[in-house]
Amino acid sequence: MSCATEQDAVHSTSGEATVNPCTLCAPLGAALASAGVRDTVPLLHGAQGCATYIRRYLISHFREPMDVASSSFGESQTVFGGESNLHRALDNVVRQYQPALVTVATTCLAETIGEDVGRLLRSYDERRSTHLPVVSASTPSFKDGHVEGFHAMVRALVEALATQRGPQIRTVNILPPIISPADLRHLREIADAYELSPTILPDYSETLDGVILDHYCPLPTGGTRIEEIAGMPRALGTLDLTLTGKAPRASAVLTERGTATKILGLPIGVRACDSLCDALAELSGNAMPAWLEKERGRLLDAYADGHKYVFGKRVAVYGDPELVAGLAGFLAEVGARPVLCATGARNRALQDALSGLPAGSVEEVLEDTDFGAIEAACARLKPELVIGSSKGYRMARALGVPLLRVGFPIHDRLGAGRLLHLGYRGTMQLFDSVVNTLLEAKQSSSAVGFSYL
Amino acid sequence: MSFKVLDDRAGQVIRTSKLATVEMTCNKASAAGSVSQRACTFCGSRVVLYPIADALHLVHGPVGCAAYTWDIRGALSSGPELHRISCSTDLREREIVLGGEKRLEESLRGLITRYSPKAAFVYATCVVGVIGDDVAAVCKRVEDEVGIPVIPVMAEGFRGTKRDGYSAATRALLELIGTGNIDAIGPLSINLLGDFNVAGESWIIKEYFARMGVEVVSVLTGDGRVDEIRRAHGARLNVVQCAGSMTPLAKAMQEKYGIPFIRVSFFGIEDTAHALYEVAEKLGDPAVTRRAQELVREELGKVLPALKEFKKDLQGKRAGLYVGGAFKAFSLVRALRQLGVTVALAGTQTGSKEEYEELQAVCDENTIIVDDTNALELANYLVEQDIDVFIGGVKERPIAYKLGLGFCDHNHERKIPLAGFEGAVAFAREIHATATSPIWALMPRKAARVTAAKAKAVSS
Repeated sequence: MSCATEQDAVHSTSGEATVNPCTLCAPLGAALASAGVRDTVPLLHGAQGCATYIRRYLISHFREPMDVASSSFGESQTVFGGESNLHRALDNVVRQYQPALVTVATTCLAETIGEDVGRLLRSYDERRSTHLPVVSASTPSFKDGHVEGFHAMVRALVEALATQRGPQIRTVNILPPIISPADLRHLREIADAYELSPTILPDYSETLDGVILDHYCPLPTGGTRIEEIAGMPRALGTLDLTLTGKAPRASAVLTERGTATKILGLPIGVRACDSLCDALAELSGNAMPAWLEKERGRLLDAYADGHKYVFGKRVAVYGDPELVAGLAGFLAEVGARPVLCATGARNRALQDALSGLPAGSVEEVLEDTDFGAIEAACARLKPELVIGSSKGYRMARALGVPLLRVGFPIHDRLGAGRLLHLGYRGTMQLFDSVVNTLLEAKQSSSAVGFSYL
Repeated sequence: MSFKVLDDRAGQVIRTSKLATVEMTCNKASAAGSVSQRACTFCGSRVVLYPIADALHLVHGPVGCAAYTWDIRGALSSGPELHRISCSTDLREREIVLGGEKRLEESLRGLITRYSPKAAFVYATCVVGVIGDDVAAVCKRVEDEVGIPVIPVMAEGFRGTKRDGYSAATRALLELIGTGNIDAIGPLSINLLGDFNVAGESWIIKEYFARMGVEVVSVLTGDGRVDEIRRAHGARLNVVQCAGSMTPLAKAMQEKYGIPFIRVSFFGIEDTAHALYEVAEKLGDPAVTRRAQELVREELGKVLPALKEFKKDLQGKRAGLYVGGAFKAFSLVRALRQLGVTVALAGTQTGSKEEYEELQAVCDENTIIVDDTNALELANYLVEQDIDVFIGGVKERPIAYKLGLGFCDHNHERKIPLAGFEGAVAFAREIHATATSPIWALMPRKAARVTAAKAKAVSS
């Protein structure tokens, strides 16, 4: 297994410049995390474009309204500071949305001119007759990407809001990385099945995959309630599914405040799902419910039916580190070979997360990378299947290799929010898709055109 | 709760009336906290220069600005596709502290070696304006070394509105224009300004001009090529399609090279015919006028029957539209009227006072007109004006769909050409497909109406 070189550790791996980025900027992650808190409006402190571009990007994936406010810096704010614009933005957000919470994430511009957002928020609070709950996170993109921005905002939310002390309540905290609304719903379903009412932070399963409306709601329904976040320290335990590298974890705050934390990989594959279920069984004292047992059995049955199609197949996987690690574990579990594991995330967490895989299955790991470098690695490693976001489509097309779309973003297909990756059920869907993608490639390139495969 | 426009946006929402034209408050920074549908100065420059397919486009700044504009426009190229990759200097903390000039210079050298572009555009983003990189000096240095134009685009996001980005793009284009040989250009020649070849629209329009015997020297910037742009000063007339983004360039070329310009639109059959006639008239050649007339007659013969068919189903529908520039809005109002559809909500990101006056004149009474609007205003007026189909871009789409009403993409991401005569039919087909879809009858807003109507019928 080779690692990114020293040069790459400083910058991306396409050479002198980043070509076709494999990451978005940190405020996007912060805005997405905020969308998972009930009645919350994300606000970006900086120039207008950041908020608009991020909205457009998220809307293309989720196909749902996604409002992100901006303090809309002009030249004078850039020179003299953005205090009055931030205050005005907060006023206008309150006027238009009546939110329960506003989150403020900083843009590159605000960070570069050295805005002290904490001070600006205190001065806002002093001005107002009623208190507006505001949580802020520092998210400069010259430092972090969307993965780190997401983690930073979740941590800020926990730090500011998860403050209740008291006797334990029969709940479990789940801290997921960026996963789909369908994944979030399924995690809740599984935790509920162990009779553990889960507090999932963030939970955008409804806000970013909502129902049709007869009138427009400024704030979409759904999301984790602020009171639920407050009660997180009183949960029976915390299951942290994120990879943050050296950056501090949100779960560490909860541990400090009295609840035990277990760090788990994303539940993709039988072993990873078993780990999640074991943890829930331990916390709840309940055995695995019969329906889940059946889903597990059905997944194993599918593995038996399909194992030969995937055995030894060389697969390139790219995306957010948690998903890449989860997919790599699953692929290795079924006998495929995740020869390339790549992420644009900068937190350097992926390499470690892959260390438990069978020797030789992973041939190259790229972190803080771009599609220029991923494509070059694919040319060397010759994968037979590529798994990742839709941003690898042009690369897969150029390589003549099928692409299985997972994760975020998916900008060229419908139903990204409804893609299920997690649990025995999600794994089964993934396994079917992997096998069928390989079969389709085989079938369409065959001169015979077999009708049984 | 009844809807009220933010105080900061007072004067940016008006209702048309026969009695008076209202002066629109516009061309100002987006109100903080408004959740504007408009982006920034960088965006304005990037969308205009984006389609130049044999140039390198390097975004100088942290990675986000480049990531969000990767392959973002459906601007097609008949040859090279350098515009479809996303290049960023991907500035990190070290450069924020020590400056990004070294990184920029290395990136430029590396990328120019790798891709051999005909020119390079360097977009300065917000932080570059703050850390004080001398972008122009770096560009000059690399230009002298590699022998292609390396052009700074000073469009830091905070410098103004999207319109200011258009001006930055204009300055960049003026660096190229005037540097090519124009000896072979004849008198019947034009530049097409502000067509971006989205879904191949420039090709449709260029074909019309070929049939009229008019030479298109360059398209700015659809299917754009550096060498064509260098020769743009040799054309006798500038034909401005996207007036919002390209009027500054047309004015500058008039001043510098004495090239007159006209503002036209190729959306809708009326405006397309008008545009072709006007070009012919301005070029002053009766043969061109005759060929334009023949062309219009022939094309109308092909498309009118289809348009009539669509009109049967669309008569009486109500539309809303929110677009970038005002000239497209005028055209769409007319094109929709031709289809029997009334526009009851219209808005633009970058309209000027004069353009909003004209928009009021073009629209029916009681139309709501918005400047640099936001999601909540749009949602509210879509319901209040009882809109059946909304025309806009990706950010507007979920607002319409969430309310259970039709939507037509008339922005960067459209994949179907909507310009010219054949485009008018495609547009009608798009509007028809969404406005008459049977699914809307299932949606709560419409379903409630059907139930209410039935109840009323029973009680009476």
